[in-house]
Amino acid sequence: MTVKREKTPGQAQSAWSARFLEYGLMWRALRRDRLAVISLAIILIFVLGAVFAPWLAPYPDQALGKSNLAEKLDPPSAAHPLGTDDVGRDLLSRILYGSRPSLSIGIFVVGLAMLIGTPLGAIAGYSGGWIDQAIMRITDIFLSFPALLLAIAVSAALGASFFNAMLSITLTWWPWYTRLARAQAVSLKEQTFVEASRAIGVPGFTIIRRHIIPNVLTPALVQATMDIGSAILMGSALSFVGLGVQLPKADWGNMLNVARLYFNDGPWFAIFPGLAILLIAMCFNLLGDGVRDVLDPQSRRTG
Amino acid sequence: MGKVEYIIKRLLLALLVLVGVSIITFVIARLIPSDPAALYVGPRAKPETREAARIKLGLDRPLYQQYLRYVGEVLRGDFGISVRSRRPIVDDLKVFLPATLELVLLSMIFTLVIGIPLGVLSAAFKDTWVDHSSRIFAVINVSMPVFWLALLLQLLFVRQLGLLPVGGRVSKEIAILAPIERITGFYLVDTALRGNWSAFRDVLQHLILPSVALASYAIGLSIRMTRATMVEVLQQKYITAAWAAGLTRRTVYFKLALKNAIVPTLMVLSLSFVWQVSGAMLVEIVFLWPGLGTYLVNAILTIDFPIVVSVALIVTVFYVFSNLFVDVLQAMIDPRVSLE
Repeated sequence: MTVKREKTPGQAQSAWSARFLEYGLMWRALRRDRLAVISLAIILIFVLGAVFAPWLAPYPDQALGKSNLAEKLDPPSAAHPLGTDDVGRDLLSRILYGSRPSLSIGIFVVGLAMLIGTPLGAIAGYSGGWIDQAIMRITDIFLSFPALLLAIAVSAALGASFFNAMLSITLTWWPWYTRLARAQAVSLKEQTFVEASRAIGVPGFTIIRRHIIPNVLTPALVQATMDIGSAILMGSALSFVGLGVQLPKADWGNMLNVARLYFNDGPWFAIFPGLAILLIAMCFNLLGDGVRDVLDPQSRRTG
Repeated sequence: MGKVEYIIKRLLLALLVLVGVSIITFVIARLIPSDPAALYVGPRAKPETREAARIKLGLDRPLYQQYLRYVGEVLRGDFGISVRSRRPIVDDLKVFLPATLELVLLSMIFTLVIGIPLGVLSAAFKDTWVDHSSRIFAVINVSMPVFWLALLLQLLFVRQLGLLPVGGRVSKEIAILAPIERITGFYLVDTALRGNWSAFRDVLQHLILPSVALASYAIGLSIRMTRATMVEVLQQKYITAAWAAGLTRRTVYFKLALKNAIVPTLMVLSLSFVWQVSGAMLVEIVFLWPGLGTYLVNAILTIDFPIVVSVALIVTVFYVFSNLFVDVLQAMIDPRVSLE
């Protein structure tokens, strides 16, 4: 008994510290992928822009909703580098502030989905039997909804707000991580180090926590990098149909929803917010591809 | 596991999924809103009306009875009534569903004829400029907010070039001069059946931009998936043998190799169907396309909640059946398929 107690924490530590070593190596390999590095740089610029928006935006009060009717739909100029919107608000300021909900949706949705989905999948895969069946059939049901439709229905039921949009997108996202973690857990379960822990009587829950989850983490993180872009796209879609951030607060999706009505008089109003969504989604996709290639060199040749 | 056994198991799984889906939509429709009766009668109703609605909707009964009643109604095709227009939702669905499906089907054709050949080319000319540019094209497509692409297409082809109509399903002139007789609800089919060619052309012109916008994501996806499988297939020995036998490039790529990439291609199609049905919700608003999407978004804006849930349910049922269809088809084609 005493031997077991001394040994397992040590093993656990090594499982987690092995992760950090692995990420260091991954970063070294990733640095050689030019597209991924450029994407990461652009993402960092967006993140800095979102964090320091109040200081960077030329007209922070307009970004928060104050209208400026004297300068309605002005084309890009020195005073307004990206032009103004239907009520004269500076578009650059609003796009800077609009990056906040978009990036938060991307990060929170994927993070929360990982936090819910991964342990569930690890439990399902490791336990097997009826627990596995129950968890996986529930994920089947959630995955059989078209994600956008489920998110729309749930956030319409909860009431239109940014927070509810975030919750409802998470609801459609977690099952993917459950599937991923389960597949990993099923194969890990058969490996010698897990069998050994089982043989010396380590309880199942402890094995899941110390051995299964740390080893599922890496594929889950790769998936997460690839998913953030899609989550941002879905967030902007929800806000485009009026279910996310509510006007007059700025969000790329709700800006586009208004902009489509002013297409003749101010095309810039529709062009810049959309460009921002495309750019950030593309950077996350390219970064995700790069991270996946590093982790799984097999896919570099084929994918 | 035998094929028949597999198919039966797959059918049972689909049934289970449908039960689960009905439970979730029931929860969304009846349990999440704090007072479904208030949603039902609208915001300006008197308390007495709301109380009457509560009894009419069966909200005073135990939960399981409410659920069974809900399932019974849906199975009989009764999706409830719109809170605003007081019309039965099913009547609206009959009009809007074909419009959306027509859009989706055309955009699936675009996906097939653009995405798959580009994926094959990309694999055939791996690591050349052809490959690089088609991969960049694919990444842009999967990262594109589809409603924004719809706006850009409108800007280019309608406002700048004036080539195509701005939106809607059919022009006013055609609606008056050569009205479309409703047979299937698919206007391309209806006009062709009646030989109404001026209307056919008009309908096609209206369809092009929205279906191209809708196809973009699926095109990107199918380029990537076709390329990935083709690269794998092209490394196999029978392909080397085919080259050695002196077969033409076209035969090797499109006849021999693509045949073995057919299962992933089917996957692409089923994925793209799903994606396009949900994407249609976003594209339709931009093009004022009178389909499920416009119906749904208007319902969101007017807080007409029963419509939102019904559209989600009907699209999901479509999705479940299309997945079932693809899985069964796959099992018939590919001997390796089995349930996990």
